[in-house]
Amino acid sequence: MKRLIIATIVLFGLAVGMSQAGSVYPEIPMASGEAHPEGNEYWRVNHMDLLRHDRDLTMREGIRDTDASIAECVTCHAVNGLDAKPVTVKSEDHFCRVCHDYAAVKIDCFQCHNSIPPELSGASLMFKKQANTLEVLMAYIEGLSR
Amino acid sequence: MERIIYRELKSTPQIWGFLALLGVFIAAAGAVVLYIEHHGHIVTGMDNQIVWGLPHVFAIFLIVAASGALNVASIGSVFGKVAYKPMARLSALLAVALLVGGLAVLVLDLGRPDRLIVAMTNFNFISIFTWNILLYTGFVAIVAVYMFTQMARGVPTYAVKTAGLAAFLWRLILTTGTGSIFGWLVARQAYDAAIMAPLFIVLSFAIGMASFLLVTMGITHLTGRAFGAELRTRLARLLAIFIAALMFFTTMQHLTNLYAAEHWGVESFILRDGGIYTTLFWGVQVLVGGVLPMGILFHPTLGKEAGLVVLSSLLVIAGGFAQIYVLVIGGQAYPLEIFPGYEVSSSFADGVINSYTPSMLELILGLGGVALALAITIIGMKFLRILPNSLSDANVGSKV
Amino acid sequence: MNIPKSSPTGGCGGGCPTKEKGADLHRRDFLKSGAAMATVTLAPGVTLMSMGSGVAAAANPDTRWGLLIDAAKCPSDCSACVTACSDEHGWENNGEPTDPQWIRKVTLKNRDTGFENSLPVMCQHCANPPCVDVCPTGASFKREDGIVLVDRHTCIGCRYCMMACPFKARSFVHEPVTGQKVTTPRGNGTVEGCNMCVHKLDRGEGTTACVEACKITGNNAMIFGDLNDAESDISKALANYPSIELRADLKLNLGVRYQNI
Ligand code: HEC
Ligand code: HEC
Ligand code: HEC
Repeated sequence: MKRLIIATIVLFGLAVGMSQAGSVYPEIPMASGEAHPEGNEYWRVNHMDLLRHDRDLTMREGIRDTDASIAECVTCHAVNGLDAKPVTVKSEDHFCRVCHDYAAVKIDCFQCHNSIPPELSGASLMFKKQANTLEVLMAYIEGLSR
Repeated sequence: MERIIYRELKSTPQIWGFLALLGVFIAAAGAVVLYIEHHGHIVTGMDNQIVWGLPHVFAIFLIVAASGALNVASIGSVFGKVAYKPMARLSALLAVALLVGGLAVLVLDLGRPDRLIVAMTNFNFISIFTWNILLYTGFVAIVAVYMFTQMARGVPTYAVKTAGLAAFLWRLILTTGTGSIFGWLVARQAYDAAIMAPLFIVLSFAIGMASFLLVTMGITHLTGRAFGAELRTRLARLLAIFIAALMFFTTMQHLTNLYAAEHWGVESFILRDGGIYTTLFWGVQVLVGGVLPMGILFHPTLGKEAGLVVLSSLLVIAGGFAQIYVLVIGGQAYPLEIFPGYEVSSSFADGVINSYTPSMLELILGLGGVALALAITIIGMKFLRILPNSLSDANVGSKV
Repeated sequence: MNIPKSSPTGGCGGGCPTKEKGADLHRRDFLKSGAAMATVTLAPGVTLMSMGSGVAAAANPDTRWGLLIDAAKCPSDCSACVTACSDEHGWENNGEPTDPQWIRKVTLKNRDTGFENSLPVMCQHCANPPCVDVCPTGASFKREDGIVLVDRHTCIGCRYCMMACPFKARSFVHEPVTGQKVTTPRGNGTVEGCNMCVHKLDRGEGTTACVEACKITGNNAMIFGDLNDAESDISKALANYPSIELRADLKLNLGVRYQNI
C-alpha cells in the first residue's frame, strides 16, 4: 500500500514534471536497447519486486537468465557523464538515483553491486558466453553515438 | 508487620542527575554505532580471527545477568519465601531491563544493523540463535505478564504464582539457550562441551544476584528508602552460595576438558600459557571474582557490612565478566585445529594464537548497553509502583 | 516460493526453460520463448545468451560439485590458485587481520617427522554445514548442487557462521568496498567465502578459477567435478586412490577432499 502511494505520488510528480519543462521533477534518462514489453508504467511501479524475485532465483537456484538482473539494468540504463563514460551511482545522474533521490528512497544494492556496465568494470556479463565480439563492439559503438 | 506500600520514585535532582549521566553514555554508544556502520568493523579491534569481541562479552554478560536477576522474584513467588516478595517487582523489572540492554548491544554490533527487519522476518529454526531470539522476546513477554499479575489489583495468588513459575522455567531455558550458543560450536575446542549450559545457569545466578544487590542498594540509597540489614545479609549469603556453585561448575568444566585428550591444548592455553587469558582466569575470575567475595560474604561479621557487600558484588561482576571474556575471546584466540598433529602456518593466521585489543569504540558500545539497562530500570521505577516505600527488616517480616 | 524448478538439463531440446512468475506478477515471458533463439543484442554490450547447447541452467539436485586436491602435487611456493581466486572475485588480502581470504595456502609440518606439505584450504562445502545450521536468518544456505553460499541479501553480519566453521573458510567484510567485479558483488558488513565460482558453473563452464589456474601452472593438483557422477574425473580419482576429508571426526561430509597429506 505504502509502495502504491509513493509510486503514485512519484508518477504524478513525473507527469507534472514533464508538463513543466525545467522544473525540479526528475527527468528520467534515456535507455538503450529494447524497451520493456510490459511498459514503463509497469516497471516504474514493480521493478523492486521483479528485482527481488529474480534475485532469489539467481542466488538460491542458480537461474541466471532472468528478466531483472541488476547488472543488466545498469547496462541498458547507463548514463554518460561529461567524460562520455557511464557514471557510477555516486553521481546523482545515475538512472537508479533520479527517481530515488526524488522519492527519498534509499537502496543499498550498489554497496555490493557494480553500478556501471560490466564491460567497463572489467568483467564479462554472465550470459554473454557465446556472444559475438564484433556484434558487441558494434552495439557498444552504437551506444556511444547515441 | 506493616502493609507494604509500593511507590513511584520522586523526581529528585539525584534521580535526574543519574539519568542524565546514563543518557550521556547511551548517546555516546549511539554515536559509536553510526561511526562503525559508516566505516565498517575495521575501526574496531575485531577481525577475521577474533570475530566476536568486547561487545559480545557485554551482551552475553547482560543477557545472562538478566535471567539471574529474576531469582529474587522466583524465590518469592515460586518458592514462597515471603521476605523476598516485596522485591519481586524490582527483580522482574531489572531482568527485563538487563535483557533489553544486552540485546541492544548484540544487535547494534551486527555488520548490518540496518537489516534488523530481515532478522525479524527470516527465521532459520535450526539455528540456536533463532531460538535465542524467540526465548528473549518470550522472556520479556512472560516477565511483563508476571509483573502485571503482581501489580494489578485483585489478581488471585495462584495466578501470580503460576506466572512466576512460568517466568522461572522460562529463564532456565533461556540461559540454557544462551549457553548452547557456545555448546553447539563443535568446531572450536574451547566451547564444545555439554557443561556449557548448566555453567551458564549458575553464572547467571551469581552475576544476576550481584547486579540485583547493587541496584537495590544503590536505589534505596539514592532515594533514602530503607533496605534492612537482615534482608541484605540474606541476599548476600545467597550470593555467596551462588559463587560457590559457580566455582564448582567451573572446576568441573576444566576437569572434564582435561579428561578429553583433544581438549588438552586449549586447556593448557587457558590455564597455563594463555598470557592475558590465564591472568584473567586465575587472577580475576577465580581469585577476585570467586575466592575473595566468597571469603567476605561467608564471614560471620564481614558479610554483614554494607560496604563490603557492595564491594563483593562488584568483584563478582568483575569475575563474571572475566569469565565470559576468557570464554568468548580466549576461545577464539586459541587456533582452530584443522590438521591435528601438524604444525601449520599460512597467510591467514593458521596455527597462531590470535591477538585482540578491544577498541575504545567497543567499550563505549558495551557501556551504553549497561547504561540503557540501568536507565530502563530507573524510568520503570519512576513511572510504575515497583519499589516499596521501605525494605526495612520490620516491614518485610524477616522471620520466614 | 511458487516457482517450479526449471529443467536441469540445460540444453534447449524441448523448449527452453521458461520462467513462471508468481501469480502476482503478470509478466510476459519476453525474450525467453522460442527454442531457436539466437544471440539477441539488447543493448550496447549486452547480449542475452544464445540458447545453444552447453548452457547449464540452474543448480541441479542430481549434481554435487566437489574438489579434489593432491597435496603431493602442490608446491609450497605456488599460490596460483589464491591469486586466481582473488582476481576472479576481486578480494584482496594485504596481510591485515581484517582482510578477506577466500582461499589460502597452508603449510603443514609433521611434528614427529618434520615432513612438510603445502595445500590450499577454502570452504569445504560440507553436506552438513555447521554454518547453515547456526545462521539465524537462513542467509547461509546450501544450493541444490551442494555449493554452500551466503545470501548477502539476508546476511545481517552476526558472524555466528564464522564461529561455527571448523575451517576458517569465511571472512567478514570489514570496510566499504568499491569497484567490485560484476559477477561477484561484495559489500561491507556481510560474510563471504568461496562460492565455487557459481557464476561460472551456472554459465556452464564446469570449472573454477582456482582449478584453471592450477592447470595452467602444470601442477594439476586440483580436480573439479561432480561427485555424484561416477564417470567424472574426480569420482574416478576418488575411487582409485586414497583420500581424506579434513576434520573427518565431525562427520560433515565435505565436498572438498585431499590426497597425500
Ligand atoms: C521511475 C523512477 C525509478 C527508477 C528509474 C528506479 N526506481 Fe527504484 N524505486 C522507485 C520508487 C518510487 C520506489 C519506492 C517504492 C516504495 O517505496 O515502495 C523504488 C524502490 C526501489 C527498491 C525498493 C526499495 C525498498 O526500500 O524497498 C529497489 C530495490 C529499487 N527501487 C531498485 C532500483 C534500481 C536497481 C534501479 C536502477 C536500475 C531503480 N530502482 C530505478 C522508482 C524508480
Ligand atoms: C534491454 C535493455 C534494458 C534492460 C536490460 C533494462 N531496461 Fe529498463 N528500460 C529500457 C528502455 C529502452 C526503457 C524505456 C526508456 C524510455 O522510455 O525512455 C526502459 C524503461 C525503464 C523504466 C521506466 C523509466 C521511465 O521512463 O519511467 C524503469 C523503471 C526501468 N526501465 C527499470 C529497469 C530495471 C530496474 C532494470 C533491471 C532489472 C531494467 N530496467 C533493465 C531498457 C532496458
Ligand atoms: C551485501 C552485498 C549485496 C547487497 C547489498 C545486494 N546484493 Fe544482490 N547480490 C549479491 C551477491 C553476492 C549476489 C550473487 C551473485 C552471483 O552469485 O553471481 C547477488 C545477486 C543479485 C542478483 C542476481 C544477479 C544479477 O545480477 O541479476 C540480483 C537481481 C540482485 N542481487 C539484486 C539486488 C538488489 C535489488 C539489491 C538491493 C536491494 C541487492 N542485490 C543488494 C550481493 C549483494
